Amino acid sequence: MKRQLFATIATAGALLATTASAEITVGVSLGTTGPGSSLGIPYKNAFQLLPTTLGGQPARYIILDDESKPDNAAKNARKFVTEDKVDVIMGSNGVPSAAAMTAVAAESKTPMIALTPVPPLAPDRLHWTFVVPQTTELMMSAVVEHMKARGVKTVGYIGFSDTWGDLVYNAITSLAASGGFKVVTNERYGRADTSVTGQVLKVIASNPDAVVIGGSGSPAATPHVALIERGYKGPVYHNHGTVNLPFIQNGKKAVEGAIAPTGALIVAEELPDSFPTKAVSLDFTKRYEAQFGPGSRNAFAGYSHDGVALLQAAVPEALKKAKPGTPEFRIALRDALENVRDVIGTHGVYNMSAGNHNGLDERARVLVRVENGAWRLLK
Amino acid sequence: MTADIFLWLVQDGVTNGAIYALLALALLLVFAVTRVIFVPQGEFIAYAALSLGLLQSGQLPGTVYVLVSGGLLAAAFDIAQAIREKATGRIPRILAVYVLVPAAMAAVAWWAAPLKLDLWVQALIVVGLVTPLGPILYRIAYQPLASASVLVLFIISMAAHYMLMGLGLVLFGGEGVRSAAFSDAKFSIGVLDITAQSVWIVSASVIGMIGLWLFFERTLYGKALRATAINRVGARLVGIPAELSGSLSFLVAAFIGAVSGVLIAPIATIYYDTGLMIGLKGFIGAILGGMASYPLAVAGAVAVGLLESFSSFWASALKESIVFTIIIPVLVWRSLTSRHHVEDEEE
Repeated sequence: MKRQLFATIATAGALLATTASAEITVGVSLGTTGPGSSLGIPYKNAFQLLPTTLGGQPARYIILDDESKPDNAAKNARKFVTEDKVDVIMGSNGVPSAAAMTAVAAESKTPMIALTPVPPLAPDRLHWTFVVPQTTELMMSAVVEHMKARGVKTVGYIGFSDTWGDLVYNAITSLAASGGFKVVTNERYGRADTSVTGQVLKVIASNPDAVVIGGSGSPAATPHVALIERGYKGPVYHNHGTVNLPFIQNGKKAVEGAIAPTGALIVAEELPDSFPTKAVSLDFTKRYEAQFGPGSRNAFAGYSHDGVALLQAAVPEALKKAKPGTPEFRIALRDALENVRDVIGTHGVYNMSAGNHNGLDERARVLVRVENGAWRLLK
Repeated sequence: MTADIFLWLVQDGVTNGAIYALLALALLLVFAVTRVIFVPQGEFIAYAALSLGLLQSGQLPGTVYVLVSGGLLAAAFDIAQAIREKATGRIPRILAVYVLVPAAMAAVAWWAAPLKLDLWVQALIVVGLVTPLGPILYRIAYQPLASASVLVLFIISMAAHYMLMGLGLVLFGGEGVRSAAFSDAKFSIGVLDITAQSVWIVSASVIGMIGLWLFFERTLYGKALRATAINRVGARLVGIPAELSGSLSFLVAAFIGAVSGVLIAPIATIYYDTGLMIGLKGFIGAILGGMASYPLAVAGAVAVGLLESFSSFWASALKESIVFTIIIPVLVWRSLTSRHHVEDEEE
């Protein structure tokens, strides 16, 4: 089935290369199966709603499944650059997978739009990679400010035993000094762990003023529920990977009051009219929920949207210099991406520069809280 | 570490260990009778837990499609064989077992799904949906190659595991499900709050073990299974059909898997791929017990639960590594102390 798909794509690619050379090809690798699938599926869903033209040229998205495995993501990226000769690669929904793809991007001199935060990259990789989601530091700084305002002095940490857990941990430890608190535990758990009692007991034993959870999606509810079951009374903070409906569906009553940073699209209706992304966020969430059901909005689909919005802004510049499908176009596209200004996405406003390949600022985050089984803007 | 943390960890370890113990029993039973290392055991847990979650939200669990189509496939296999052997008289019985029973269970689930019945009734329906999957899986995947080597049977297990897991993703989606608790009651004993759910789990495990013991000691079918486990050729010579004992052991295994799934559903978020991990830990428990003795397997499984609980307290990032590493010294010790015997007398 997969091979057949590749064959079709390859044939189509060969035909199109001769007929419509101006077509822009985007290779997207997402983990729509495997442990990351609860995030990968909304990322993929968003592509049904995205524009079919980029800078006036027809756009073709090749979406492959990487089963949430970094080696498969790298394999897909390699397929994109060697067989499909894509103009840009996008992906993936897992941090390790996206990190693996950046290596291929740098090696093949293809611009890459990373759809998850990636760990700090070597300069040659960063040169080709643009990161759509807010950096973990930017997001967690909202949490840190909130904790500071509450007078939190000690913070317990429990997170995934993978790159994501490390990223969130590093973000809060690097911000600890400015927030005036100490991180007292660094507990880890697996996404599919059925029990986190041991870790939670250790967190509670150190008696922290607040707990930060470095998980994502519904598995982030597991330690939160365990904390409440063991009678923890302090505030529990999450990160932007957690803000979706399945988290609440799995945590039920226990996660009431959970606070997390997120892009504005989750609470688009509640934003003040002056908020820069309100119109874009509202439009996208409306269309997404019309297609995939009420309450289905999530941050992840928004990242797919914003990645394509960056392309939409950069492609016209690149088209002035070269034709799609050529190495020159890829270089021109990279240069154009590095210089986009005031691109309004669903999450925030992007201003790229050579030193900043993320380009988001404080306008890209709000704090939300679970109230009566829904994420609400924390005012 | 204070005394109350110690007790909490013991409680957590014993609760998880009780689930692993049930699985270790099922794995051991299947291995002893059919020489199959039953990797897909974990899938029964995931199917049961996810089906329960879906029934609670008023949806028809996708398990019914696997059950009905698997039943039809198994019936087709058996009918083809019956026709080849000119024994068409068997056909009504085949249809009853592989078509009528699954269809009836599917109909019950379809009727019950929108009603949002009592949790206990839903749990019974789920057990009824998942248990017949065992014999069906045996008929389709294992019976045609029942006399193959342990390695071939293991490879079939891996294939069956991947197939069931893939179907699980299609049927249940990538999201995890945690179902409502059977009871929110808590009992305080000293510093411990013991949830009713963990009492259920431990008592279900104990009842399950006693039930299995009675089954093996007191019933003809149980004795037939034991005979097959002790000596396959001998059992066949005294008239115990190999197909029957294989099918029966898978039925028991699937039943245990379904019950474990229903028990674990309210205390953990279960994903379509969680089953493998739980199954593997039961497997380690069985290996700690030497893959031969039921009481030792239970002790091994509880030890795995405790080890997991304590290592998650002391070194949470290394928890899985610790749990899976203990298999090495145990295997070394066992291979040094046990006599090396021929794997199978038939080959």
